[in-house]
Amino acid sequence: MQDILNGDENMSELPGDLLYTKEHEWLRKENDGSVTVGITDHAQSALGDLVYVELPEIDQELDAEGEMAVVESVKAASDVYAPIAGVVVEVNEELSDDPEKINADPYGDGWIVRIQPSADVDDADLMSPDDYQSFLDDLDD
Amino acid sequence: MGLKTPLYDQHLAAGARMVDFGGWDMPVNYGSQKEEHHAVRRDAGMFDVSHMTVVDLGGQRTLDFLRYLLANDVSKLARPGKALYTCMLREDGGIIDDLIVYRLDEGNYRLVVNAATREKDLDWIRRHAQDFGVHVNERSELAMIAVQGPRARERAATLIDAHWREQALALAPFSACYAGEWFVARTGYTGEDGWEILLPAGDAAQTWEALLAAGVAPCGLGARDTLRLEAAMNLYGNDMDESVSPLESGLEWTVAWEPADRDFIGRGALEAQKAAGGLRRFVGLLLEDKGILRGHQRVAVDGAGDGEITSGGYSPTLDRSIALARLPAGAQESAKVDIRGRLAAARVVPTPFVRHGKVRIDV
Repeated sequence: MQDILNGDENMSELPGDLLYTKEHEWLRKENDGSVTVGITDHAQSALGDLVYVELPEIDQELDAEGEMAVVESVKAASDVYAPIAGVVVEVNEELSDDPEKINADPYGDGWIVRIQPSADVDDADLMSPDDYQSFLDDLDD
Repeated sequence: MGLKTPLYDQHLAAGARMVDFGGWDMPVNYGSQKEEHHAVRRDAGMFDVSHMTVVDLGGQRTLDFLRYLLANDVSKLARPGKALYTCMLREDGGIIDDLIVYRLDEGNYRLVVNAATREKDLDWIRRHAQDFGVHVNERSELAMIAVQGPRARERAATLIDAHWREQALALAPFSACYAGEWFVARTGYTGEDGWEILLPAGDAAQTWEALLAAGVAPCGLGARDTLRLEAAMNLYGNDMDESVSPLESGLEWTVAWEPADRDFIGRGALEAQKAAGGLRRFVGLLLEDKGILRGHQRVAVDGAGDGEITSGGYSPTLDRSIALARLPAGAQESAKVDIRGRLAAARVVPTPFVRHGKVRIDV
């Protein structure tokens, strides 16, 4: 996500079972070793109503912090970066018809991709919920 | 920190997301921008446009001055209260700004120009006004609220003192009248009916609150942009600037060629451009593939070369992506738009896309 995202509205609770990036993506470790990725509530709020999502292809290889998807709102287009290197194993096709799922439920129905990581998630440059909250608080200053 | 309008506190209280716009802290949206857009198309919405620059002109030769300064002919304003949309040009035909001029009483006129161009506009106007002995009086003490939508006038009329209400409701499009200290104009930038109300800054906050209570939805610059794009109304700095003339900006209709002996700034350059031919076309585009058109994307036209999107985005009314674009002369009715390296099919369509709540193109 890009610098449009500096702003306010950090009031909502962050899910405690997720990890976060400075680019406002979230990541959930699934039981099968894959990870699910989306954008945070802060990100969707800053972007405004989403109107289009460009998804990657299944089996596409992703570099850590490489461009993975594009989310477009009524205001602007923003890149979504892969929080970890790996291969795309599933994309949320429902976003093609209903991109506003990201606005309505950014941590649930608004997930974007599922990745099979090629590296250890624990070694990736990711933030805990508390660290991400502090990061958001600092953006306000 | 930027400049603040008299409605700044109202915006914060309504939860607006604020952005810098031409040096002003302005609301881009309050909640859902799409809902704000639909409120204007279907009912009534309001915009704080107090950042815009209001300039009153007076003096015996004001009409002569404006007929020289502006590309449209102010002598079309047959009586006080009438309004005219026009460009203000450089000698080479480049557009300094677009503006609305209102005829007031007793040979006085009022200009409303863009906020981001305020300084250069005032410099240009003052420089030329000297030769005509015209007084230039910026009215920065005025606030401005645009109330737009099919039910906008009905809802806002409840705020106007009964003494002036009927006169205000009887205004024809592109006309204005005083209502006490208010100046009410049946103009706008959305493609819907409505008023733009100029009022003393001290009245602005309570008027805004009263409009809220009357069921008028607060709308930010985001919705203002999607509304004006659907209405195919140009945005200065995006769709035109000093590097292009009205003839390549879809604005030839605002250039008054007749009477032929009226000398206005830029006339010679425009006549030369017209005679030379080969002018670029300013068109509407409808995206036929998936994606969103955005400003500055390249438009490839078979056999004609490349053009560029000047404004693009998502149309909430059409649920499609639309754009305004400047294309090479002789361009075809279909084009390819370069969206992040992917060539997406688009169709040239007549504008406006939407007007008075109705879709005007085949989608």
